[in-house]
Amino acid sequence: MFDLTGKSALITGASGGIGAEIARVLHGAGATVGLSGTRTDPLEALAGELGDRAHVLPCNLSDMEAVAELPKQAIEAMGSVDILVNNAGITRDNLFMRMSDDEWQSVLDVNLTATMKLCKGVMRGMMKARWGRIVNISSIVGATGNPGQANYAASKAGMVAMSKSLAYEVASRGITVNAVAPGFIATAMTDKLTDDQKSNIMGQIPAGRMGDAHEIAAAVLYLASTEAGYVTGATLHINGGMAML
Amino acid sequence: MSDVAARVKKIVVEHLGVDEDKVTEGASFIDDLGADSLDTVELVMAFEEEFGIEIPDDAAETIQTFGDAVSFIEKA
Repeated sequence: MFDLTGKSALITGASGGIGAEIARVLHGAGATVGLSGTRTDPLEALAGELGDRAHVLPCNLSDMEAVAELPKQAIEAMGSVDILVNNAGITRDNLFMRMSDDEWQSVLDVNLTATMKLCKGVMRGMMKARWGRIVNISSIVGATGNPGQANYAASKAGMVAMSKSLAYEVASRGITVNAVAPGFIATAMTDKLTDDQKSNIMGQIPAGRMGDAHEIAAAVLYLASTEAGYVTGATLHINGGMAML
Repeated sequence: MSDVAARVKKIVVEHLGVDEDKVTEGASFIDDLGADSLDTVELVMAFEEEFGIEIPDDAAETIQTFGDAVSFIEKA
């Protein structure tokens, strides 16, 4: 089950904890993977670990010209993009009353606008192939909101609504568009939390632990598979019961 | 029929699965040939590839009929 042999997947944010694990899992299922991210070293290291069928495609998603080029580079490297995983995201947290226009805009640009442009950039090939999978990595805070993250939460909610709208438009072409909304996942990003912050968060998670990146990657693999062809416009919440949506 | 018209007609017939004689000068892709809005986007993509041209979005919106497509491509 969930064999991706012959499929090519472009994964953004593949230098991060969740993105790298998504790349490993899709690659493990037989896919050729395009590893995108801003930091080349971790991408090269991951490509080295994966061996064959791994391409490093550095891209700064705040640079819209670079974003426009990424799908073309991916197609050049891999022949096609059958699966797109928009995983890259940034945070610029601040209280709403103190949030600058730049803090707002930069988060919306990378998390939402770049996602839109990448979806658009791969759509032509998917429409011609009558097959495509887009998985947008949203967040629990896109559904619940979070103090200090008005920009991030808005961008993540925007990804969900955009996914649903696009899912409507392209469903008849064999293309599915879904979102995965992780809760607290143990990564370098959450390692920076203080023990107090961590225990506070744990108290809100019925499962009593943080999630593992592998638990997100497994969901992406499912949504990217042929078997999930009837699942579209969905948001899969993976949060240990923190928000049962 | 011009060479362009014949090639456009072939694409339309193949993509929309309609009879060749229905693809007349004034035939509207949506109203007469059963296309949905996404079909019109795909037709424009197919024209771009067949003729090696770029059809910008605002121009694509003006291509409503078979005749529109032929005259646009002949001028391009």
